[in-house]
Amino acid sequence: MALHEQTLTELKAGLDRGDFTAVDITQALLDRIAAHGKDLNAFITVMGETALANAGQADKARAADQGGVLNGLPIVHKDIFCLRDVLTTCGSRMLKDFVSPYDATVVERLAGAGAVVLGKTNMDEFAMGSSNETSFFGPVKNPWGLEYSPGGSSGGSAASVAARLSPAATGTDTGGSIRQPAALTNTVGFKPTYGRVSRYGMVAFASSLDQAGVITRSAEDAALLLGVMAGFDERDSTSIDHPVPDYVAGLGESLDGLRVGVVRQHFDAGLDEATGKAVRDALAVLEARGATLTEVDLPNLDYCVPTYYVVAPAECSSNMSRFDGVRFGHRAEDPKDLLDLYCRSRGEGFGAEVKRRIMTGTYVLSAGYYDAYYLQAQKVRQLISEDFKKAFEKVDVIAGPTTPTPAFKLGAKTDDPITMYLNDIYTIGANLAGLPAMSTPCGMVNDFPVGLHLVGPHWAEASLLRTAHQYQTQTDWHTRCPEAYR
Amino acid sequence: MSLDKDQVQHIAMLARLRLADDEFAETQDKLSRIVDFVDQLSAAPTDAVVPMAHPLNQAQRLRPDQVTEANERERMQKNAPAVADGLYLVPKVLE
Repeated sequence: MALHEQTLTELKAGLDRGDFTAVDITQALLDRIAAHGKDLNAFITVMGETALANAGQADKARAADQGGVLNGLPIVHKDIFCLRDVLTTCGSRMLKDFVSPYDATVVERLAGAGAVVLGKTNMDEFAMGSSNETSFFGPVKNPWGLEYSPGGSSGGSAASVAARLSPAATGTDTGGSIRQPAALTNTVGFKPTYGRVSRYGMVAFASSLDQAGVITRSAEDAALLLGVMAGFDERDSTSIDHPVPDYVAGLGESLDGLRVGVVRQHFDAGLDEATGKAVRDALAVLEARGATLTEVDLPNLDYCVPTYYVVAPAECSSNMSRFDGVRFGHRAEDPKDLLDLYCRSRGEGFGAEVKRRIMTGTYVLSAGYYDAYYLQAQKVRQLISEDFKKAFEKVDVIAGPTTPTPAFKLGAKTDDPITMYLNDIYTIGANLAGLPAMSTPCGMVNDFPVGLHLVGPHWAEASLLRTAHQYQTQTDWHTRCPEAYR
Repeated sequence: MSLDKDQVQHIAMLARLRLADDEFAETQDKLSRIVDFVDQLSAAPTDAVVPMAHPLNQAQRLRPDQVTEANERERMQKNAPAVADGLYLVPKVLE
């Protein structure tokens, strides 16, 4: 099997056997990125030289029987993660020349385990978007059809894994930004429990919702990476000190007795019919593996998207206030006074969607509107969280569709922000409640992939990964690759 | 349009954002649609519900007030648009 066709787990075994070196893998993937990266617009920075140097170091370490669990394995980072001395743009004009002075904890941990970073991937500006069209660097294309969106905001990460330019990528998920692009590109997307993975060095969008995760080609690879990334970090004040189990070791356990919840409202009119059928077939596979299906109710599901579009913009407007044209980032030419410097630097540096979210947040937090919007949204958020709590008294995992439809065309949803926002109707609840969730490939509709969405109670990462892994032993959807990228 | 021109201008000023003339109409239209959309939250039954500020309902962790980072002023200021003698430059604030 060619190097680019192999998963992380397969590459790891090959490296252990001495079939090839880390330099071989790195060179093969850099060649793929050179051949396909531009068409897909998946990368903002390619780190060829440092990648080869780091791969060489990994090979030396291996020869000396040293090196971590990811020694010599390739990865790409969403351009929201700070990498020391490397451009970190967040897909924005505001940061187009920003060279990070330090490493994010996620970056540091993966590098510490020996992973080799190939480059940094394109994304919606400051992770605000569901189609990758808000990037200052232009939209990423979906490898399953170049006129289609790969989803967002981690679209470059998803497209590069789907097109076999890298076996794995990091991503971030505030309302579905890992899981939705994973579903639309036939990859595995994993968002851990809030506080599970450090947010230090990850440019903040909405601090009570943001969580780092991974996009891979198998649940096994997601488990491998999560084991390295997860764990308490002193430098992130929202990091939670909770033991990290061996995620890979638990994958083989059977699904006997696993209680899977099916949410009635997930299969309402908003769901594309063929997508719904693919998801129902997937549920039948879980049942055949020993799981029991139970209907559960999330009565406040319809409030998820409006709640999110109050809470997330409110937090965004606070976080984005750090961009002032003074300490870093874009600065307007010839400001006439300090106010002019702030207003023009921000007006020029941010794109339209980011400005809208900052303004929405400013509005819902402003005097006279705070109680009606922000406080009310925080209360509804509590109701949504309680719905999940009640559901998880009856079931271990909730399963359903990741997105209402397969991939949509670039430009199809840019006129109406609400149509775009409703894409995330099934994924947003997990962020509001801080729950772990993932998407795994479960079918094709008109040659475009469909994702199965799994949500668990807090800290149930292992049972989600096991459910997805057991599903993947029975199906081959996750192994499918668009013809042009085989 | 649920937000009039003056309101949008006021919000933009609060947010310290200068909107170009050609983006104003679209911003007003889309912001209004977003506000209309989130207005449906007012119908949710939230009497006696405690607002949720943290997804795991946890309190903010505190740490001892100790210096943990080295001073790397030059390194940090490499990203600054305008500095002199280790200071950040801004337009004159006081005459």
